[in-house]
Amino acid sequence: MQFDKPATTNPIDRLKVVGQPVHRIDGQLKATGRAKYAYEWHDPNVPYVYGYPVGAAIAKGHIVSMDVSAAKEAPGVLAVVTALDVGERKKGKFNTAKLFGGSEIQHYHQAVAVVVAETFEQARAAAALVRVEYAEEIGAFDLKDAMKTAIKPKDVGGAPPDTAVGDFDGAFKAAPVSFDATYTTPDQSHSMMEPHASIAVWDGEALTIWTSAQMIDWWRSDLATTLDVEKEKIHLMSPFIGGGFGGKLFLRADAVLAAFGAKAARRPVKVALPRPFMVNNTTHRPATIQRVRIAAEHTGKITAIGHESWSGDLPGGQLETAAMQTRLLYAGENRMTAMRLATLDLAEGNAMRAPGEAPGMMALEIAMDEMAEKLDIDPVEFRIINDTQVDPEKPERPFSHRDLVSCLRLGAERFGWSDRGRPASRREGNWLIGLGVAAAFRNNLLVPSAARVRLDHEGVITVETDMTDIGTGSYTIIAQTAAEMMGVPIEKVVVRLGDSRFPVSAGSGGQFGANCSTTGVYAACVKLREAIAQKLGFNSEDATFENGEVRSGNRSVPLAEAAGSEGLAGEDTVEWAKLADSHQQSTFGAHFVEVGVDIATGESRIRRMLAVCAAGRILNPITARSQVVGAMTMGVGSALSEELAVDVGRGFFVNHDLAGYEVPVHADIPHQEVIFMDETDPYSSPMKAKGIAELGLCGVSAAIANAIYNATGVRVREYPITLDKLIGGLPDVT
Amino acid sequence: MSKMHIKLTVNGKPVELLAEPRELLIHVLREELSITGPHIGCETTHCGACTIDMDGRSIKSCTVFAAQANGANVTTIEGLGTPDGLHVLQTMFKEHHGLQCGFCTPGMITRAYRLLQENPDPTEEEVRFGMSGNLCRCTGYQNIVKAILAAAAELNAVKEAAQ
Repeated sequence: MQFDKPATTNPIDRLKVVGQPVHRIDGQLKATGRAKYAYEWHDPNVPYVYGYPVGAAIAKGHIVSMDVSAAKEAPGVLAVVTALDVGERKKGKFNTAKLFGGSEIQHYHQAVAVVVAETFEQARAAAALVRVEYAEEIGAFDLKDAMKTAIKPKDVGGAPPDTAVGDFDGAFKAAPVSFDATYTTPDQSHSMMEPHASIAVWDGEALTIWTSAQMIDWWRSDLATTLDVEKEKIHLMSPFIGGGFGGKLFLRADAVLAAFGAKAARRPVKVALPRPFMVNNTTHRPATIQRVRIAAEHTGKITAIGHESWSGDLPGGQLETAAMQTRLLYAGENRMTAMRLATLDLAEGNAMRAPGEAPGMMALEIAMDEMAEKLDIDPVEFRIINDTQVDPEKPERPFSHRDLVSCLRLGAERFGWSDRGRPASRREGNWLIGLGVAAAFRNNLLVPSAARVRLDHEGVITVETDMTDIGTGSYTIIAQTAAEMMGVPIEKVVVRLGDSRFPVSAGSGGQFGANCSTTGVYAACVKLREAIAQKLGFNSEDATFENGEVRSGNRSVPLAEAAGSEGLAGEDTVEWAKLADSHQQSTFGAHFVEVGVDIATGESRIRRMLAVCAAGRILNPITARSQVVGAMTMGVGSALSEELAVDVGRGFFVNHDLAGYEVPVHADIPHQEVIFMDETDPYSSPMKAKGIAELGLCGVSAAIANAIYNATGVRVREYPITLDKLIGGLPDVT
Repeated sequence: MSKMHIKLTVNGKPVELLAEPRELLIHVLREELSITGPHIGCETTHCGACTIDMDGRSIKSCTVFAAQANGANVTTIEGLGTPDGLHVLQTMFKEHHGLQCGFCTPGMITRAYRLLQENPDPTEEEVRFGMSGNLCRCTGYQNIVKAILAAAAELNAVKEAAQ
């Protein structure tokens, strides 16, 4: 199916199942602990053995030699495979750092060996016996230094690194009110609950692998490249995934090590990355340094807006696109954005939930708060004054649907925004209380997605697509889509996901999964409806699918009967034509936060949070709300505690576990509320839905930062806002 | 490495096994007994995905040796309810959408089970503090707290009706 015209009325609009608060269809499995994640795909008949990784002890350099003799002789050891043994390998298309192979060390904890043994304990003990001699080289680990030699890349994910409209410098100088500040965001860790894990089983040249992957086809292709086997020989499965947030978008070392280990040991091998490897062996969200400049008239109308961002990555890597949203979010005749990439020899920087916008909004939305204060205009009003209904860099391009203003107004009303006072003006006992606001913004991305839908003689609809459910609710919304399209109750739908034997879907990433994968299912259902109509001699345009029957004129036939003993199937791929060229598709929202800051200790506590989101049709208010609440919670960590601390001497992230990388806990999150705007976006898809999962994170940390400023009068521009950054500026306790 | 003879009760069933002194309880449960509801998340006692109930206490089984469980009575998520006979906490986690990816859920429910034994009628704040050793990275915490409060209310109603 080519989606090339805005959607008109279609069977989804019935909203009998889609849009309804349907409980997760995988809830039972998960609440009973019976959902099987990658590491526990137990088959009692398969004699699994265990692989344990060895990571590089230096950040940059070469392996001179490796001594694995002690490891090989250790009890239970079946095989030791080193990076030197497997030699240089072709790298997967989506990987910047190589995962395994060759003597070069690009970052700390890059895999240098895997030890396979009969038991986990034996493998771990023997891994400690592997001796490696390195030739260490000097690396770059400090972004503040490395930014001086940062380069301008040719393009950033298909977009230019710089944009300029009008005369930014002239307008900035001429404006009656202007503001210029620099912000920093730290390296962050996805820290999903499930560590990367894989089980690899070889049968001759064919490899079966269970792993934890957000993108089945990307992993399969890149694993084939790295192993140098035919892609068709690899069967890859990820039916349940314990969170990803971008950390499982691209092939990871556990899959490669399990495959090499299994080959060498001639046994099925399980490999889980130990938690510290998740930080220094895999990817993380890169730190940024961002400069934001805003100039405006006294009325609050922005006349110039500029956003520059610096981030680092390994050679050949990519930058964090933190200035991207500033191209679209606010009006202003004169504008500039620029993004620069520094070389850093830390682990690979890559996508983490809302790459670009999450750290970009952390800076931009503090700057908007600071500018509003300078103008003496309410920050909600300041944003509304500068709303735009067109792409401000290309005014001929309207937004497909943009309701940021309603999000801000409704949120302000519901949250009691009018109670907000001047900075440091409200105190309850030891607590300084403040309110903060920020806009939320994230683009809506469109990715091809395929599915196969079968109808059997019992009237059961089975959907097969390699789409993944990383906790988002894909199983459920896909079942809802098929039920709606085929006119059956959701109990009649079986959803099978995360298997490379199924048609290639959008996968889970970039908040495109829900809209794109359900549209792929929609397209396959259209094909199945046509097949059913054709078999019955109905005109598929006139056929109505309802109550488990297909009806045309006076004739109606139960689906089970229509299927016959052979059953019927439909398969299709949605492809997206150039609708997004003429109309900018984005999602919008507003975050409101109330914090308390302890006047004596500088400790910040969230008191309540509200997000109002405008993201097209909400396919399932239960799962969508949960996505936003989860994102808001991640935003609390991002604002207050999450920071990978870089050892700039040795070149690694020091706090590489959940002891040192602090994510929010129950007690940190007292109250959260989410409101969805009742809207549809016919430009996005026949589902008229857009992404929601990342929108909930974009802006929330800035809203917290702004609330802390309102509470204390202390402006912190370096995330996370820990008490040491506040305490010197707090009012006297008495 | 010499092995130790360990006897314990897991989900009501007596179990005897040989384990090395270095074997962690979580590995014995998962790899030897195929009880894979408790998950390994952090390996440092911080995330609680491996939470089990041992002799009337919530225990993070990733930092307890199997040998320390000798003679113990262990309950995991598998012992709290079955697919046909869910524990009320399991029902409430489902109904209140107290889960997303589900990886933390078995530990979360097992901890909540003990919390409600310790404090059968907790306030919302007591639930938040009592559950703070169990991390969730994707669902946020609102619905987990709701599910536990709803389960407490249900359990208390049943208890009252019985009296």
